[in-house]
Amino acid sequence: MKKPVIHPSTHHIQDHPLLVRLAHWLQALAIFIMIGSGWRIYNSVPIFGDYRFPQWATLGGDPAISKVAHMDPGVANALNWHFTGMWLLAAAYLLFVAHGILSGHFWKHLLPLTPRLFIRDFVAAATFKLPHALGEYNAVQRAAYWAVLFFILMMILSGLAIWKPVQLSWLTALFGGYPTARVIHFLFMAAICGFIVIHVTLVALVPKTLTAMILGRAAEPIHQEAPHAGE
Amino acid sequence: MPENKKPVFDVDRRKFVGTGMSLGALTLLTGCDISDNDMVQKMFAKVSRWNTFVQEELFSGTRLAPEYSESMAVKDFRYNAWYHFNEAPVLSATDYRLELAGLIANKTPWTVQQLYQLPVKAQITRHVCVEGWSMIGKWTGTPLSVFLNRIGADTTAKYVGFVCADGYYESLDMPTALHPQTIMAFQLSDQTLPTEYGFPFKIRVPTKLGFKNPKFVTAMFVSNRNPGGFWVDRGYNWFSGI
Repeated sequence: MKKPVIHPSTHHIQDHPLLVRLAHWLQALAIFIMIGSGWRIYNSVPIFGDYRFPQWATLGGDPAISKVAHMDPGVANALNWHFTGMWLLAAAYLLFVAHGILSGHFWKHLLPLTPRLFIRDFVAAATFKLPHALGEYNAVQRAAYWAVLFFILMMILSGLAIWKPVQLSWLTALFGGYPTARVIHFLFMAAICGFIVIHVTLVALVPKTLTAMILGRAAEPIHQEAPHAGE
Repeated sequence: MPENKKPVFDVDRRKFVGTGMSLGALTLLTGCDISDNDMVQKMFAKVSRWNTFVQEELFSGTRLAPEYSESMAVKDFRYNAWYHFNEAPVLSATDYRLELAGLIANKTPWTVQQLYQLPVKAQITRHVCVEGWSMIGKWTGTPLSVFLNRIGADTTAKYVGFVCADGYYESLDMPTALHPQTIMAFQLSDQTLPTEYGFPFKIRVPTKLGFKNPKFVTAMFVSNRNPGGFWVDRGYNWFSGI
């Protein structure tokens, strides 16, 4: 049996180069580490009243063991995850952004994007009238991808601002000082969580996008057109 | 045709989603958290050394921590230690002696009275805790660099170590020890340092996280061997600059 021939005239195709897939999954892993450990660090001194994240959702080992072994409720582990994960996140993010810019991917697939296009597609999506074609991003998706790229950038910058409020005091001042920068760091985390929920939901609805992000390519036949023969 | 690069793999998508979700659920369970794994701990130690190197490069001996106005200084500063403040060591102002050791020319112990006669300077800076909270306070004391010169410390050495009355210990890199805002703080909010805040003095380092500011210092030494620290030996990064 020969594999079916895939061609843009007969199929919607989504291609993800290896570099993109690598940078995507490394970012996913890094964000998982950063949020899990960040929640553990947050729990040691909450910002919002007494709200704490459930223990099982945080990263940093068994707090009971940490408490007995070194009088520390797992914060040391969480800090180590956080200050390790930050390098992974920064590296994967830079790789992703550099590739997106240099390959032209960002301009080809994430533009044009105007408020008018966004509203049109948003209304269509809200009324379930937005068609999905594999490998093409509608204006709402484009906006979401630009948004998450911005969120991660702000996460890194606000993170630097609270990591180095003396050496990078100008950056901390841009974020309104240390306590404000800490809240901003939290809010962009929440924004990224929001993105993840929507992103994962949409992937579950169109699972071929996951195939493409793992194997590099996914395709589905274009139903409206008859296949071209002999190409 | 350039698009026709490779055949499409027909993968069972349900299997993918299923595997992905169960992996996520697995790692979320505390029992499967790999944080306490030996290899992970070794990786943490390596990255922590790298982070110390990066922070040493980033640190400037002349860049000052922001200072704030008198009105921004908190009067009732937060007490913070692993024990209740009732258990804080009470040191006698008459019997106390600061022991000196290591690469120091004049190792004669110092009394509280002698220490408190040193020239002082006030600073209103932000104390930033490793756990995230922060507080602006007013500390008054003598720059550690002034004291190190007074006792003939070898300031070409790498580390200054501190031993505390409550079992705590800490150490600073020499560039930070010589930083103009690193002081031996004798006062907090214009009052002689109260017992639970570290009487007779604490090392106030506004360029470091709070746990690098040891209280109740009873001995000080200069060394070329890294003395570590109480929390550092429990997993915190040694440099912990801010």
